[in-house]
Amino acid sequence: MTRPEAIAIGCSTGGFDALKVVLAALDPRLPQALLVCCHTTGNVETMCELLASHSVLPVIEAHERGPASGNTVHIAPSGYHLLLEQDRHFALSVDERVCFSRPSIDVLFESAADVYHAALIGVVLTGANHDGADGLAHIRSRGGIAVIQTPASAKAAAMPQAALDKAGTDYCLPLEQIAPLLNRLCLR
Amino acid sequence: MPASLPDTELEQLELDLFVQALKRRHGHDFSQYAPASLMRRVRQLVHDHGCSSVSALTARLLHEPDFVTQVIQGLSVPVSEMFRDPNVFRLLREQVLPILASYPQINIWQAGCAHGQEVYSLAILLEEEGLYERSHIFATDFNPNALQRAREGIYPAKDAQLWSRNYLEAGGNLSLASYYSARYDFIRINERLRRNITFANHNLVVDKVFCEAHLVLCRNVLIYFSNPLQNRTLTLFRDSLVRGGHLCLGLRETLDFAPVAIYFTAIDAKLRLYRRSSQPSSGNHDDSP
Repeated sequence: MTRPEAIAIGCSTGGFDALKVVLAALDPRLPQALLVCCHTTGNVETMCELLASHSVLPVIEAHERGPASGNTVHIAPSGYHLLLEQDRHFALSVDERVCFSRPSIDVLFESAADVYHAALIGVVLTGANHDGADGLAHIRSRGGIAVIQTPASAKAAAMPQAALDKAGTDYCLPLEQIAPLLNRLCLR
Repeated sequence: MPASLPDTELEQLELDLFVQALKRRHGHDFSQYAPASLMRRVRQLVHDHGCSSVSALTARLLHEPDFVTQVIQGLSVPVSEMFRDPNVFRLLREQVLPILASYPQINIWQAGCAHGQEVYSLAILLEEEGLYERSHIFATDFNPNALQRAREGIYPAKDAQLWSRNYLEAGGNLSLASYYSARYDFIRINERLRRNITFANHNLVVDKVFCEAHLVLCRNVLIYFSNPLQNRTLTLFRDSLVRGGHLCLGLRETLDFAPVAIYFTAIDAKLRLYRRSSQPSSGNHDDSP
């Protein structure tokens, strides 16, 4: 199996609390780049600071043209889609909203899958719309691994359910078991 | 040669050929656009026009003379708001316009004006600060359809609520509604506001400097450009701006990868407001994330 080089995480309603749980339980040695799209109307700088106080890895806002560095959590800025170029640097766009969202999880997942192919893990957490479902299908079609939070354990079940229906999955787990799984998949 | 290419490499090859076709058949050069967004827009075109692949889209581009209009439309997705990022317009009102007031004639270039929301926002600022009579705004875009829409100044009424809020946050004293008339589901910007605006076709990829500007606004356009094209465009802005002229970019744009950035000094790094310096400076153009 291809060793993962990046983990892309998407979440919406209830996503901030879910991210806290996942980021706190990751292994601090993870060499992968983490790319996170969390729908929020709030200030992403503040969100990064708050998440950083729970996370074992540094949490920063993804910078335009900046590198997707390993061992770091990059959060999509609000109001922009976050994409990845082949040279593994970030690009932003203000194209139309996707699933009423900008940043959109589908946009991030699709462009990350085009770059990392099978070396990507896509994670869909709690959320109240269906953003991320198409993106996760794209990740799987490129040979990447899909992880979905069990809808019953999610604050909002719609998003993980839509991802399950559309993309299927390799793993479907309660929130608390997601970080341990990522650690196992990434540190093999 | 491999027997079969992986899907992503094949699609990348198709994208390259599409860009070639667009350039050689129709003269539109997208080869210096940032590939990730371009790929997304091309996939959207493939989907919207019911094509089976990027190659099928390319075939239509080559053989159907009128199809290019729809392609250009799809490749330039002009999304904006009036007074988007109100803090920026407040900064322009409070810090830049008082400096512009010292010039007998004020030239402003809005590069990549899309549907014109920011052009009219600027015109309102100038009007309210008593500078509009001696101002001229050159609003340019490479997309003729977008320019036509910008000229008309007609927008969905549902957007007006957010824009009114933006206007007030940007320091507006009146009501945004005093600048448009509402009809059914649309609002129409008052004719009067258009009197000192020239809408013109200009392509940042190939065209040259055409005016001496005191202020250049180019927000969320450079994010679609590769590093070399970003640098070319910023060079145009440098050459267009008078010494001490202002440059205003989008809130998440960075100059870190553009060598020409040494000619710009940050006035407000966070709000991406810069001044054209008379001497190149070393670094310090953008300390903020």
